[in-house]
Amino acid sequence: MRHLLRGVAPLGGAPTDLLLADGVIVALGADAAREAGDATVVDGGGLVALPGLVDLHTHLREPGREDAETVETGSRAAALGGYTAVHAMANTSPVADTAGVVEQVLRLGQDAGWVDVFPVGAVSVGLRGEQLAELGAMAQSAARVRVFSDDGMCVHDPVLMRRALEYVKAFDGVVAQHAQEPRLTAGAQMHEGVVSAEVGLAGWPAVAEEAIIARDVLLAQHVESRLHVLHLSTAGSVEIVRWAKARGIAVTAEATPHHLSLTDDLARTYDPLYKVNPPLRTAEDVEAVRAGLADGTIDVVGTDHAPHTREDKDCEWAAAAFGMTGLETALGIVSTTMVATGRMTWADVARVMSHTPARIGRVDSGPRAQGRPLEIGEPANVTLVDPAARWTVDPAAQASTSRNTPYGGMELTGRVVATFLRGRPTVLDGVLVAEGVA
Amino acid sequence: MTAAPTPGSREVLGPQEISRALIRIAHEVLERNAGAENLAVLGIPTRGLPLARRLAAVIADVEGVDAQALVGELDVTMYRDDLRRHPTRTIGATTLPAGGVDDRVVVLVDDVLFSGRTIRAAMDALADLGRPSAVQLAVLVDRGHRELPIRADYVGKNLPTSRTEKVAVRLVEVDGVDSVRIENEEGDR
Amino acid sequence: MRHLLSVADLDRDAAVLVLDTAAEMAKTQGREIKKLPTLRGRTVVNLFFEDSTRTRISFEAAAKRLSADVINFSAKGSSVSKGESLKDTALTLQAMGADAVVVRHQASGAPHRLANAGWLDAAVLNAGDGTHQHPTQALLDAFTIRRHLRGPDVGDPDGVGADLSGLHVAIVGDVLHSRVARSNVGLLTTLGARVTLVAPPTLVPIGADRWPCEISYHLDEVLDSGPDAVMMLRVQRERMGGPGLAGAATSAGFFPSPLEYTRQYGLDARRLARLPEHAIVMHPGPMNRGLEISADAADSPRAVIVEQVANGVAVRMAVLYLLLAGDREKGTEA
Repeated sequence: MRHLLRGVAPLGGAPTDLLLADGVIVALGADAAREAGDATVVDGGGLVALPGLVDLHTHLREPGREDAETVETGSRAAALGGYTAVHAMANTSPVADTAGVVEQVLRLGQDAGWVDVFPVGAVSVGLRGEQLAELGAMAQSAARVRVFSDDGMCVHDPVLMRRALEYVKAFDGVVAQHAQEPRLTAGAQMHEGVVSAEVGLAGWPAVAEEAIIARDVLLAQHVESRLHVLHLSTAGSVEIVRWAKARGIAVTAEATPHHLSLTDDLARTYDPLYKVNPPLRTAEDVEAVRAGLADGTIDVVGTDHAPHTREDKDCEWAAAAFGMTGLETALGIVSTTMVATGRMTWADVARVMSHTPARIGRVDSGPRAQGRPLEIGEPANVTLVDPAARWTVDPAAQASTSRNTPYGGMELTGRVVATFLRGRPTVLDGVLVAEGVA
Repeated sequence: MTAAPTPGSREVLGPQEISRALIRIAHEVLERNAGAENLAVLGIPTRGLPLARRLAAVIADVEGVDAQALVGELDVTMYRDDLRRHPTRTIGATTLPAGGVDDRVVVLVDDVLFSGRTIRAAMDALADLGRPSAVQLAVLVDRGHRELPIRADYVGKNLPTSRTEKVAVRLVEVDGVDSVRIENEEGDR
Repeated sequence: MRHLLSVADLDRDAAVLVLDTAAEMAKTQGREIKKLPTLRGRTVVNLFFEDSTRTRISFEAAAKRLSADVINFSAKGSSVSKGESLKDTALTLQAMGADAVVVRHQASGAPHRLANAGWLDAAVLNAGDGTHQHPTQALLDAFTIRRHLRGPDVGDPDGVGADLSGLHVAIVGDVLHSRVARSNVGLLTTLGARVTLVAPPTLVPIGADRWPCEISYHLDEVLDSGPDAVMMLRVQRERMGGPGLAGAATSAGFFPSPLEYTRQYGLDARRLARLPEHAIVMHPGPMNRGLEISADAADSPRAVIVEQVANGVAVRMAVLYLLLAGDREKGTEA
């Protein structure tokens, strides 16, 4: 299978041609056209070429909640969103806290075949925060788990967190923390501030996130381990991570598309589409998160794609589930909020949505490496983006089983046109391509 | 504020005619009820109320009684049968003369008698307020087109109209001028 | 007015119209025949997901006095407690042809969802949602305040036509969990009154500093400033410190003990005596006698607490009238 991507702009630079063959980038520039032979030509005029996107934070819901998403539908959504790899969070049912469950998820991902699915292992048994899960077994399993997280729950016990940080050093793992002090957020429904006071929804204070991040960066420093902070959402969190990095602590941080784009004002609608954890914050927080992403304090954009069934969202706010889908809109949101505004280049987008997430997840080496540069000899994971395309989000048109996107009807700038996973097109002209067709 | 007459309309009663009609009605009321004793004059808002006050003033003048003791206002909004066809109406005040309406002759006063539905509502409202010995009806203008078996006891002027015409009563207390005009629907802006 | 979800739905003129309409309704309630034919043929559903006998019977009386058919739907304790049930309930009421749904729900925003999620055409009347709003309570409080404190000025026993400008109202107690406080801050200030919230700092919500009112932690200082009305809020004993609910080891309370609360924020005879001669004492009920209000204060001639209950029926009649009597597509006559 050979494809010639003609006239694409790698990382938004000068237009050139890319020849993909046998899963690898085999030629660039004038050589590509010369060696193309019978390769299928993809006209990439005006398109930006990015390394295939890598999500460190996806909820695929399988096993357990196949009514909300399956590995198959979630990875279709991922491919449409420009992803070639996703990390599947552990809060499934049963929880991915054993080698058996992570291998099941790995296999489901391989069977689907749209993207590489890397299972995340739970830190604690059943996400209960009491006892370490068998991290070593998961690391040594076929799934080769390197990212461990109780996401959805915070590893709130400082001793357990310390032990986890220490333990994963044996296999170069990383603990990805969902920073939420549980006692400060009992019953919490939305960001605690002016809007929560007005609408009468129980507040989720910024300090409940910041206190955990502060504790954890100090723990990571003390035990000399890697810490990854999931979905950082407040200005204070950005400050703490900035401070920790200045001290040389091995911390990385993630922002979600929604924390780059939406604010707590939306709770005034009482529409549970806007209910998410951590909650949407204030405009000042959004600005701080954008600034942190632009200046490198925040390392990656992770979707926190959290599909939910209609019945879990078509109800009153307090009864609704937390979370929003994100795989199919993430690139558009980052493009609209960060690139179209001149705050980031496409090279920066490649860094925060591909290179760095792959490196944090330790999936950036070997023959099936992700997040590699667009260079000769590298795996042909390529995403083509039309940076000027303006499009309106249509929830009903999404590939995810669930419809809980907060962006329905919103116009975004920048759209994924094609995705190649090791040389095979999974998406062409914005449409999924079944294996063996192209 | 003086409302400008609508172009294409014609005046059928002026200030003098209105005044004369009320004086005549006052005498008819007194004659029929043998005086003002036991009388209550209730105006139906909006323009029935100033008419009731004027009527009561004439009666009081003739009989040498206190006009205030005769007059009251009866809001019929909550008894209307057409509430659902219109924007929500503001409820007006209902004030009865001292002593209420039990065992008194109540003269209801309104500006125009048309379908009879307002008077039907007024009689229902009155029934909830007490038990008058008799209820009579005085109107400045009877324009016909009744939809209910209701007839006025005292009429200022019978005014044959077509259904498409509009009878516009203006009174000094409300509109700054006394006049009754017939307006064509087409004449309306 | 299509729905009444929050006092924010009312501007000054709309609020005065409700109070004036309530005044006319109140007059009809002094008559021998209290029932009016106004809403004959209309169906009002009282949908209560949370117990509140007082509020429910007040709405029921209001609807019945206007000749509406009333269906009481108590959803508490049944399987109707979470998830899509609110939607299914709404669809059921829609199918039954409800013209208005009076809803009490423990979740803030549930009436808002009923009104705006496209499940239901009926007018939605918020009878208290979570810690958000309870607009008819604020309206009956405003009605009571206006009658006592503005009636004499404007020469009408109910103060018809007047707003509350120039009046100072102190609202004392658990503001954090109180929809009554939120509703009153909004409505009373819309009507021109000045409001001071008085509470221990733990019971003032973060973000309340942006509300259009003053906030004080000291009841005695506020009483000495001469408020025209003092509204005491119910304080739930379970908010105090000590062992937590089933299972939880301890829960940090919002105040150390009921005694300390009473000492700092309770209205007793001594504090009552510090109020200006004309000031009135209010409480939305039910009262915790001996906690936020002493028997001396609750039973004093200045207390208008029982009258608040009576006014509640008139105010709810007014709101039902304004929501249901006219053509809902055509709005309210100017």
